[in-house]
Order: sequence, then C-alpha cells, then structure tokens
Amino acid sequence: MSVTYLEAIRAAQGQALADDPRVFIYGQDVGAFGGAFKATKNLAKEFPGRVIDAPLSEDAIVGLAIGSAIEGARPIVEMQFADFSTVGFNQIVNHAATLYYRTGVPCPLVVRLPSGGTLGGGPFHSQSMEGLYAHYPGLVVMTPATVEDAYTMLLEAVTLDDPVIFCEHKLLYYHLKADALPDTAQPVGKARLARAGRDATVVTYSAMLHESLQAAEELVEEGWQIEVIDLRTVKPLDTDTVLASVARTGRLLVVSEAWPWGGVASEVISRVVTEGFGLLDAAPMRFNAKDTPIPYHPDLWAAHRPTAVAIAARLRKLLTQ
Amino acid sequence: MAAATKDEARADQTTARDAAMPVRAFRIMLRARVTEDKLAALYRAGMIKGGVFLGKGQEALSTASAIFLRKGDIFGPLIRDQAGRLAFGDTILDTFRTYLGSAQGPMRGRDGNVHRGRPRDGYYPMISHLGALVPVVAGGLYGRRLRGETQMVGVTSIGDGGTATGAFHEGVNLAAVERLPLVVVVANNQYAYSTPNSREFVCADLLDKAAGYGIAGFKCDGTDPAACLETLRLAVQSAREGNGPQLVIANLLRLVGHGEHDDASYVDPHLREAAVGRDCLEVGGAQLIENGLATSDDIVAWTKEAQAEVEEALDIARREKGPDPNDEDWRAISTERLVDGHYDTEEE
Repeated sequence: MSVTYLEAIRAAQGQALADDPRVFIYGQDVGAFGGAFKATKNLAKEFPGRVIDAPLSEDAIVGLAIGSAIEGARPIVEMQFADFSTVGFNQIVNHAATLYYRTGVPCPLVVRLPSGGTLGGGPFHSQSMEGLYAHYPGLVVMTPATVEDAYTMLLEAVTLDDPVIFCEHKLLYYHLKADALPDTAQPVGKARLARAGRDATVVTYSAMLHESLQAAEELVEEGWQIEVIDLRTVKPLDTDTVLASVARTGRLLVVSEAWPWGGVASEVISRVVTEGFGLLDAAPMRFNAKDTPIPYHPDLWAAHRPTAVAIAARLRKLLTQ
Repeated sequence: MAAATKDEARADQTTARDAAMPVRAFRIMLRARVTEDKLAALYRAGMIKGGVFLGKGQEALSTASAIFLRKGDIFGPLIRDQAGRLAFGDTILDTFRTYLGSAQGPMRGRDGNVHRGRPRDGYYPMISHLGALVPVVAGGLYGRRLRGETQMVGVTSIGDGGTATGAFHEGVNLAAVERLPLVVVVANNQYAYSTPNSREFVCADLLDKAAGYGIAGFKCDGTDPAACLETLRLAVQSAREGNGPQLVIANLLRLVGHGEHDDASYVDPHLREAAVGRDCLEVGGAQLIENGLATSDDIVAWTKEAQAEVEEALDIARREKGPDPNDEDWRAISTERLVDGHYDTEEE
C-alpha cells in the first residue's frame, strides 16, 4: 500500500472537508469531474454542495473566495495550472493579501497552484510562481517537496487565518510515493535537513529537492558529502536553518526551478551574504531555470531547468573554488 | 452598524413605499454633501494628505443603493459613495478619521480616504482596482449562503469606466451563475476620470449588459432621488426574494473632478447644462417641498444640523492622534509565528 503526492493532496482536502464544515473547494472542473489532475476525485460526491465547479474566471474565483472568507468560510481554490493564477493575481495580492493589514480582519483562504514543469508542458502550463507571490506582503507561500509535506502542510494551510499560496509540483503528482500518510507533522515555516553533509550546502525546495538529492548521491563516489536543505515554505523563509547549515559547510548553492531574476534563490543568497558572510569559504552560487519562457520540446526543457546532472556539475565547481 | 434601526428594518421588510423614506434619504444626501464640502475645504487648506474623492451629484443614487439594506446585508461601496456609506451606518466621524489618519478610525492610518470599511459588519473596504469588489461582494453572499443564511442582499457600485474591467465581467457573470442576491449599481457619470463613455463601451445602453448576463436590469435617472429610491427598492427587493443578481444603471454627472486635484475641464459644457447635469440635491429638495414633505425652512434647518454634526465630528477627529510608527507591529499576516523576518540586519 502506498500513497502518491497527488493522493496526499486529495486526502488532505477530504480530511479538511470532514474536519471543518466551513471548508469548501471552488475551482474549474473540481466537481463531479474531480479536477484536471483528479486532486478532488470523488470529493463532490462525498461532500455534496461543498466542491463546486466554477466558471472560467480566475479573478472572480479568488474574489468569491475572499468574500466568503470574510464571512467565516474556509475556501480552498484550485487553479487549474499555477500559470493561470496571473488572471486572479490582482485579487490575491491586492485584495486577499492586504485585508488583514488594512482592517485587522484576516482572510483565511488557500489557493492551490499546480506548479512547475512537466514533459511537454510548454510556456503556459509549467510556471513556478512562488517567488512572485512571496514578494507581496500578506501571504504565506508553501512549496512541499514530499508526500508527507503535501498532506500535512495542506491540512495546516486550511487551519491558518491567513491567505496561503500552496505550490504543489505537478511532476511529483504521480511518481512520488510514500508508504502511508503521516501521523505527525513538521511545523509549517521550518526548513528540513533532507540530507546531512559537511562539504557544501544545497538549499532548495519542491521538485528540485529530488534533483538535488540525486546530485548529492552522485558526488558521494567522488568523496563529497553534500548537505541538502528543503525549505518547505518559502515565505516565511527559515533563514536560521540555512545559516546553521552554511556555518557547517562554508559553501552554498541554491537551486530553484523558477526564473533567475529576483525570487527565492536570490533571496536566500541575499540573506546568507548579509547575515552570514563570514561563514562562507567561497562565493555562493545559484542555479535557476534559464531566463526564457519554458520551452515545449523535451530536449529544450531538459536544458532549460536544473537537473541532477547539471546540479552536480555546479557543485563540483563550488567545491573546488 | 448597517441600516440597523428598527424603523429601517421594518420599512424594508414590508418593502412598501415608506412615506418617511424620501425625507430620510434626503437628509442622508445632505449630510454627505456637507461632509464632502468640508473635506474639499480641508484639502484646499492642505490639511489632508493624499487625495480627496467626492461624490457630488451622485448622492441620490448612492443613498438609494444602501438605504434598503439591513443588518446581515453586505455593502461594497466605491469612490463616490459617501452618501451610501452614511445610509449603511458609517459615520461622519469615521469619515474624517480615515481622511485625517486617526489611529482610532477603522483603518488606523494604514489606509485612507475612500478606502474604509468594517468587514465584520458587512461593510467592505474597497481596493483601488475597479471591478474587484464585484466578485468579493458576491463571495460574501456565497459565504453567508454556505452558513445557511437566506434573505440577505449585497450591493456594490461601480462607474461607467469600471464596467470595462475584466473583474466586473467575471464578477457579474459568476454572480449570475451562482444566482446570488447581488445588486450591482452602475453610476454612469459620463466620464471615467477624463475618458468619455464613447471610449469605454459601444453598446447602445449599459442596460443591454443585463440581458447579456441573463440577469434583471433596471434603469433610472440618477439625478432624481425619488426615481433612484423606487428603482433600488425594487432591485433590492427582487434580489432578496431570490431572483438572482440585479443590474441598476443610472445616468448622472459627476459635479466635481475625479479628485479635488482635478478641475474636470474635460467635461462637455453641454452636459452640465443638460438634465443629466442637474444637482440631485436641488431636485430632491424641490421634490420634498412639492410633495408637502418639507418646507424650505426645514431644509435650511437640516443643513445647519448637518453642519453642526460635521464640525463636531471634525473636532473630535482632529484631536485624535495618528498611528505611532514605533507602536506598529509591521505585520501583514495574523499568524505571528509565520511572520518572515531577516530583512533589516541593522535593526536586529
């Protein structure tokens, strides 16, 4: 018996619906159809009237969630693809994210963003938006990399009084498996030491965790012990855990599937340099996707984003600096 | 908060024509006008930071938009709704507090001028992005419905320019799909800032949009308080009875600039002279006198009363302190343990 990352997301939503009558799910095709990726499969049947097909209107979908949250509901919005959340961007960053600061009334909603690249996804079904949302005050931005985190973090997201952007990686949906759903949860907001090492630190999150772990494994044969930190949430960013790791290793590579300008990788490096400059034995490095739209062809895509092989190559450079 | 007095609730429940309603509406219009005249004076005196955005000429429609609402209803006013805000239960004191940045106001100096509300009372604070309130008020109604509430109504307003936004379209369409008791009041004041109707839409009449969305549509003369009251009475009643969204279109003219910084020199002088350029307050006063509901002495007395109320509120708001930056928690989320830090190492 095993459970996939996608099944964990479905199970978390089912659990949230069962636990709290204020929870409802709103999004395109989430009802009887069960969602484009089947993340809400059977939920409309199990929870009648609480898993609702929305019109193709991302702005209004988020707007509806905000209004209902003001009135005490706990909406979970499914964007069909993270990329389409730009159409609802204004409601997320200017309405939901400003409400608490402006009025003292919190806005508890979760926007699920099926994120990141997959084979053949192309420019508009592959984006990683976490850096964009993390830029705006008023949002919590989660980027689970494991089945356990997908489950427990989504459950915790629904209980938070603040708007949560939940970036779930589509590449992990079907292939990433765990033996069972977890009984315990690591708290949201804390990074996790995914692999202990002594020679260099890789800070990463979401699907890039798995590429990074594979790269670290590859370097074992060459005698290097690489430490890997999974950020889990990018906002808040657990800087203390990152700094503690850099203190141990003296070398830092940040890996992110998002575009290079600004974003999570630059933020991590900025914090380490400003707060832990003395800990560094070499200039920190970052590794992002290339600064172009995400290409369709598998060969182009494989070269566009960081992969285990490419990460290992960067690490070799970092380790010999 | 919210039209909560027993009289108002009764008037609404019966939805009968209420003889006292025109007088009550007129006095709210008057209070809004006097308040805004004072805001304009304060702006000219340099006593308000940022902009001042007035609803002069739109008081009849704005008052009618909110006067039929009661406790449990939702009101999402926009820029030119000082009158509707007062009709819904906002105070002149909170108006000045927000413009002057008092820490005691509902926005505590964190937001200002027309960006004010009390969400817990169904009084939603607008953001500057036009159209954005339409789906949010719809969502508020959706949330209430999920809790099993019925009989509530939500009203939000927008201008002719706002009808060109995607959010307006998405919001009205979604409200129609969900069959929500939402009344969308469009004040067609002829200009979106400086841009005339001809550059905002080409349908013969904004009312045509109602048919496009499959919802009920109403139209009235926005300069005529009696017509506005009757139209909104019917629209709110219809929404409350479960007939889904209602679109109300009213033609009028904004009798001031977009903000007090704007001399509105772009307004066609013919419009000012035309019926659409009438001052609804003058029309309303004449209606009351003609129908024997008031004398001109009454109106003078009500004006003085409103002026006294304004002075008193301003006195209080002026004496209140603004927010102290040192006391601010500088926190944009409510969950303290999830606040992100590490930005200013100097301070830490």
